[in-house]
Amino acid sequence: MLTTSELQDMYRLMALITATSNRACAEVKAGSLQSAFYPVRGLEGVCAALGVAKQPGDQLVSTYRSLGDALAWGSDLRRVIAEIYGRADGVCGGKGGPMHLHDTSVGYMTSTGIVGSGIPIAVGLGIAAQLDGPNSNGTGRAVVTTFGDGATSIGAFHEGMNMAALWKLPVLFLCQNNQWGEHTPIAEYAGSTDLAGRAASYGMTAVKVDGFDPVATADVLREALERARSDGGPTFVEAMTYRLTGHSGSADYSYMPAEELAAALERDPVPSFRRAMLTSGQISEADLDSIEASVAATVDDAFTFAQASPEVEGHLRYRDVFAEGASLAGMGVRA
Amino acid sequence: MNEQTPLTETMTMAAALNSALHLAMDADSKVLLLGEDVADPIGGVLKISKGLSTKYGRDRVRPTPIAESGIIGAAVGLALGGYKPIAEIMFMDFTTVCLDQIVNHAAKLRYMSGGHTAVPLTIRTGVGTRRFGAQHAQNLEAWFMHTPGIKVVVPATAADAKGLLMSCIDDPDPCLFIEHFDLVFTQKDEVPVGEHRVPLGQAAIRRPGDQVTVITYGTQVRTAMAAAQELAEQGISVEVIDLRTLVPLDMDTVLESVEKTRRAVVLHDAHTFCGPGAELAAQITENLWGELLAPVLRLGAGYSPVPFAAGLDFHPTADDVVAAVGQLLGR
Repeated sequence: MLTTSELQDMYRLMALITATSNRACAEVKAGSLQSAFYPVRGLEGVCAALGVAKQPGDQLVSTYRSLGDALAWGSDLRRVIAEIYGRADGVCGGKGGPMHLHDTSVGYMTSTGIVGSGIPIAVGLGIAAQLDGPNSNGTGRAVVTTFGDGATSIGAFHEGMNMAALWKLPVLFLCQNNQWGEHTPIAEYAGSTDLAGRAASYGMTAVKVDGFDPVATADVLREALERARSDGGPTFVEAMTYRLTGHSGSADYSYMPAEELAAALERDPVPSFRRAMLTSGQISEADLDSIEASVAATVDDAFTFAQASPEVEGHLRYRDVFAEGASLAGMGVRA
Repeated sequence: MNEQTPLTETMTMAAALNSALHLAMDADSKVLLLGEDVADPIGGVLKISKGLSTKYGRDRVRPTPIAESGIIGAAVGLALGGYKPIAEIMFMDFTTVCLDQIVNHAAKLRYMSGGHTAVPLTIRTGVGTRRFGAQHAQNLEAWFMHTPGIKVVVPATAADAKGLLMSCIDDPDPCLFIEHFDLVFTQKDEVPVGEHRVPLGQAAIRRPGDQVTVITYGTQVRTAMAAAQELAEQGISVEVIDLRTLVPLDMDTVLESVEKTRRAVVLHDAHTFCGPGAELAAQITENLWGELLAPVLRLGAGYSPVPFAAGLDFHPTADDVVAAVGQLLGR
């Protein structure tokens, strides 16, 4: 059962994700952001559920469509946006970009631009968590990896799922099923669209949940994370959503069936949640309005900060190819 | 009577590698090994990891499914999680199945995160037999030299195998450590007892000479030494450089030698076309154009898949080196 404060947190996070995603797309379309940005519209409920279900110490491996995951995991919005702009104040110092956000200060270990490749990496983090064992409070560490439905077709998914089940690793495989693999609908690329059913065949717990329902999703994620932290093995969660935009920030999506998209927009997480809160009376209209106003100001502030952040200095070009001290002279780089 | 510890011991490269793994796992509980068949009783298909799982347990010496992408991905995750994994990819050809994890993840994560995520990973892989045919035989080191962010290490002696492997395991960045099957079983030399480290990025002059420099690494060091001996008997003085690591590349040692000899041959098992020798030849030429008495010659494998038929010549021989040196000297 979620508390009022948790419900407010979820609403704030969802509204923040929607507003930030929309703003980034607008900047891309205006030409003021030269960046491959992948919108997260439709995933807000899943991300908000993840935000309330995670605990300090848990670790995340995300993908290129990671804005919502990054905010759910507690990354600083200003520094995330500065990274999307490739500026010096970015979470990766400007060298990662929107497809490669990392923020180890909050346990956001990596994200990959290669579909499905984060899954084996999360398995390795899961082995590390299992070997480390519980912390001094007796709690284990869970590893979460997020990915879209499209990632379930590649070999890395199969290899990682098998290893996690084999070694009973503390990993939550969170499939953010938006029903599109780039520009191809799931029914055109998968023999069976029952991804949770496929996951169960590896020998792990698999659950399907309505990803447009953040409260139901939070319950499922909490249970899965608790299972991981208490050495109960991995879980696959298939959170059913729908992509409410094109594949990328500027992509055409006129090919998406209009009635399908319209039906999904009826369930757009932020307005749906707002209606539900007003109906149930769990959050007052004044509080919802106040959250929205504060979110709008936060997003403006973050984009202003990012746009003012300095360009990355030229002398950093060859830094972090290797750790400091390794000579690059033989490879043509003279200090 | 005082018991005297011998400073060195004669051992095969296989024994030296096994010794390095034991020492590294003993010294640091964060060092792990994972790969196909690495645990006892088999102890690795070449027995290099023999005894390790019995001593350190299967949590630390973890036999894996046949899943190279999973193995390297898991090793990257372990490295991000604070461990120092050693992942075994049985044959170098199998790195093709996990190139994504090596190239896009292991090699790039430090850079893409602005230095926040180091990947202290050692990948051990073998090459050098023709008995399985073309899919278990190709020297692919040039591919990895072409990928900024991963070090490439190839020992030619048992002592270096131990010293370089221990340095790779210590290294804060990913290293590809290439073990040549012929050398693993037949190369025997004096190996320091106990911990032994050879710094990465330092070539070794195996034989001093002043007329021609032969630059090589791995199993071709033997070929070069045999040729140099033969040439010495004809009164020709050849300097043999064993690069030991291809990344970082010790061009200072190479250029200093060629500045002296003014003639160079680059020699390796890898294909000549776009091979490591092409880079060496280009750098020598760019730096010493006015000093060279002849163009730099490259000796490597020809442009075909590795043939199974033993009757088909493939890797350079000592005769090839002798002929190349003769050509450089105008003979």
